[in-house]
Amino acid sequence: MSKKPSKGGAPALDMTPMVDLAFLLVTFFMLTASFRMAEPVTVDPPSSIGNVALPDNHILVTIDPNGRIYFGISNTTAKVNALKEMSAKYKVDFNEKQSAKFGGIPSFGVDIKDLPAYIDAKDEERKNFKGINKNGQSGVPMDTITPNNQLKDWIAIGGREAVRVYNEAKAEATASGQDFKAEKPRYAIKCDSKTKYIFVKNVVKTFTDLKIFQFNLITSLEGGGTVIEPTK
Amino acid sequence: MAEIADSGGGGHKGGKKRAKKQSTRIDMTPMVDLAFLLLTFFVLTATFSKPKSMELTFPDPNIIPEEQTKIKKGVTFLLTKDDKILYYEGEFRDKDDDKGKMTVLQELSFSRDAKNSLRAYVLKNSEEMHTKILALKKQFEADQMPDTTYKRKVREVKADKESFTYLIKTDDKATYKNVIDVIDELNYNAVGKYVMVDLIKPEFDMLIAKVGQ
Repeated sequence: MSKKPSKGGAPALDMTPMVDLAFLLVTFFMLTASFRMAEPVTVDPPSSIGNVALPDNHILVTIDPNGRIYFGISNTTAKVNALKEMSAKYKVDFNEKQSAKFGGIPSFGVDIKDLPAYIDAKDEERKNFKGINKNGQSGVPMDTITPNNQLKDWIAIGGREAVRVYNEAKAEATASGQDFKAEKPRYAIKCDSKTKYIFVKNVVKTFTDLKIFQFNLITSLEGGGTVIEPTK
Repeated sequence: MAEIADSGGGGHKGGKKRAKKQSTRIDMTPMVDLAFLLLTFFVLTATFSKPKSMELTFPDPNIIPEEQTKIKKGVTFLLTKDDKILYYEGEFRDKDDDKGKMTVLQELSFSRDAKNSLRAYVLKNSEEMHTKILALKKQFEADQMPDTTYKRKVREVKADKESFTYLIKTDDKATYKNVIDVIDELNYNAVGKYVMVDLIKPEFDMLIAKVGQ
């Protein structure tokens, strides 16, 4: 630093440590950031002392207070594969671009007939999406009476694809002698505190019909709670 | 490296042309601005905690035995509207018969301070189990048994036939929060056996009679 007396003005300040720190923090946050994707609906889950972290690899069914159902798969490949199968089953066509874009949508709550339009909608418009019936996001249909249980198909096909992607990744890792750390896909249910249990029950029924009995129920963490050993 | 000092030359920003040597000092302000902008962005968008969850296994509806209502040391919780929770112990009887009296539904409260709080009730029921677990824990802490044996024994105590089995039933008006609260309370008290089952018709009728439509 120059010690020559300056003719007024701001004295030169050594900013090196500050800049170092700033970049260090930027790097840290960039590397640790996991972006939360915009969810189609905001639900406020009840609190509990359960402190099992939600597995990264999951199939998520969200139920809002009105009983509308939203479906999502965390694995992009599995999601796109599932869309392909669903498209064939329900005879709804998706072009390449739509399939690719679908991979980036976390979860959706529309009839499969509305799905192409839903995918094409802009991110910020999806929340106010109006389908063919103009009744907004009506949830993934889950009629148990008429054979239009799309949720069941999504779960069955999505679950199968998620497991297949997992197995393929595992086989690949084993073949190349690498460590394989990913978890098996799990089924998660996320509901609002005010959701009537009857809606949850219907969804659980759909799962149990598919011989899926284990779930992770998403809850918010209750302050400082852990499962206690009996006190006294 | 905010400033790359040249060899003591007092280069002033304005006086470039006058200086014989060109100043090697770089204006870092834009870079610092950008760095802080990014920093702010990442700090604000960062989500640190992953959502937490509670693992739960539901029974297969096809293999629930008929005797579910006949569990001897069972407690059945009935959840209904307005965050109400009722319970009865043992077998369900919709009228007096030779085996026993008609079931009477008792009310409990989710509030922890209430006299008939759910927590106190569960705690009272699991007292015996807790004493056993505590005894095991003491042994474990005194290094009298290995970790695996301890865990196995705790599991055995929890699965013991003599300990209570809790059945959780809901009507159409109960909320998800109530269900989670009950399960939470059972988890909190380290209860081993609980299960979600469907309400049966006589139970529903009795519930309606008690709390109204």
